[in-house]
Amino acid sequence: MMENKNIAKAIQSDEIVMSIKGLCKSFGSNHVLRDFSLNLFRGENIAVIGKSGSGKSVLIKCVIGLLKADKGSITVLGEDVGNLNRRQLDEMRVKVGFLFQSNALYDSMTIRENLEFPLRRHRRKDKPENVDDLVMEALSNVGLEETVDMMPSELSGGMRKRIALARTLILKPEIILYDEPTTGLDPITGREISQLMVEIQKKYNTSSIIISHDMNCVKIASNRIAMLIDGTNYATGPFDELKEFNDPKVRSFF
Amino acid sequence: MRFKGLRNILFETGDISRFAGRFFAEAFVPRYEFREFLRQSYYIGYKSLPLVALTAFIIGLVITIQSRPTLVEFGAEAWLPQMISVSLIREIAPVITALICAGKIGSGIGAELGSMKVTEQIDAMDVSGTNPYKFLVVTRVLATTLMIPVLVVFADAISLYGGYLGANIRGVVSWDLFWNQVFESVTFNDLLPSLLKTFFFGFAIGIVGCYKGFSTQKGTEGVGRSANSAVVVSSILVFIIDLIAVQIADLMGLT
Repeated sequence: MMENKNIAKAIQSDEIVMSIKGLCKSFGSNHVLRDFSLNLFRGENIAVIGKSGSGKSVLIKCVIGLLKADKGSITVLGEDVGNLNRRQLDEMRVKVGFLFQSNALYDSMTIRENLEFPLRRHRRKDKPENVDDLVMEALSNVGLEETVDMMPSELSGGMRKRIALARTLILKPEIILYDEPTTGLDPITGREISQLMVEIQKKYNTSSIIISHDMNCVKIASNRIAMLIDGTNYATGPFDELKEFNDPKVRSFF
Repeated sequence: MRFKGLRNILFETGDISRFAGRFFAEAFVPRYEFREFLRQSYYIGYKSLPLVALTAFIIGLVITIQSRPTLVEFGAEAWLPQMISVSLIREIAPVITALICAGKIGSGIGAELGSMKVTEQIDAMDVSGTNPYKFLVVTRVLATTLMIPVLVVFADAISLYGGYLGANIRGVVSWDLFWNQVFESVTFNDLLPSLLKTFFFGFAIGIVGCYKGFSTQKGTEGVGRSANSAVVVSSILVFIIDLIAVQIADLMGLT
């Protein structure tokens, strides 16, 4: 792995909130991740880039426990994800938000019900009036308070992405995993979403892994980039410095 | 690979059995999704009632009209209420209701859960502190298992009413005489096996619809395929369960 020496400049803190070591994941004979390692620091946005089908989404699905890694360890906020039972996994997932590539808004529910869902399921002691306040706060964060009683099908792609982001933020996670946050959006909306991700990072001091192959989004929203090539973390460093690398595999992305 | 088709059927049977086994492991331990169960019961039971009622009414009417000439030929027209009541309650109303529900409910569940799967809504539920199997599968399977017998009871009554109208199109049978003859001919042995098997019909329709939805792959094309195969597999299962139920009832002397 090529590690850039000036990482410290880009990192906000030296506290590691997520550590991935020697991660391997295969589907039959398709070895998607082979010995992938990465550290995420508090307050840092790190973008993982790679070709389509290179295993980027698989990586963050292993982190959140939707997929089980074959080998290696993932430590999130001091907890080894592989050793957690269902209850512990749910507790960990309160602190780790996940923004799905397809937004994954529940079609049969209004925006209010979509946002209430994780609140009611994760924190059962919350009183209804508190839930209402949290819903409106999350919607105001993404500037879409007026959509509260609409259905997801009534919204545009960009609005749905913002609502999905609001639903991810409603539990005030310490870490956010973004799966292709700008895919399918026009360049202007994509830029707005990328800027929103930076605002969230600053406002809540969150750490994030951003899976993307949209280099504009990566440039705007990330402090560091990890290049996932052939299942491994091939190179890591800030955007401007990776751009200067002479390695042909790295250069092909810029 | 000569037996590839057979192998796939056996693999799928194994997968559906495992999926059904998980239902029993998860249905009776907390957390109970009572609100979602009521919501599904409303959609599966109440919302299916008009279609089931219409079908049952027409089937009762048509069977009576078509049976009448044969009975008239043998001078047994007076047996019409007895004959149609036994055949409707024992076989026709339960099976027709189950097939209608396999089409309406089975395909609905397959398509709904299938589209939730391909748009990652099931994963989103998982990361929101909710066991998707409990929330989506257990509630729907319980609702189909309990609502289809209720629908069948309605279908029995409505098809008999259709039979009463059918009997009066050509002949004259009074309201009191018709129902007296129906209740004289229908015994507990007719009602119990036919009602018991409908719980199994409901379970099969629910579990196959959910299994097909949960195993959806390949985007929107897969959603259509899931909905379609949910109907086909659950309809076949309805006939297989019916065949087994008849044999068991026969062995137990409930004929």
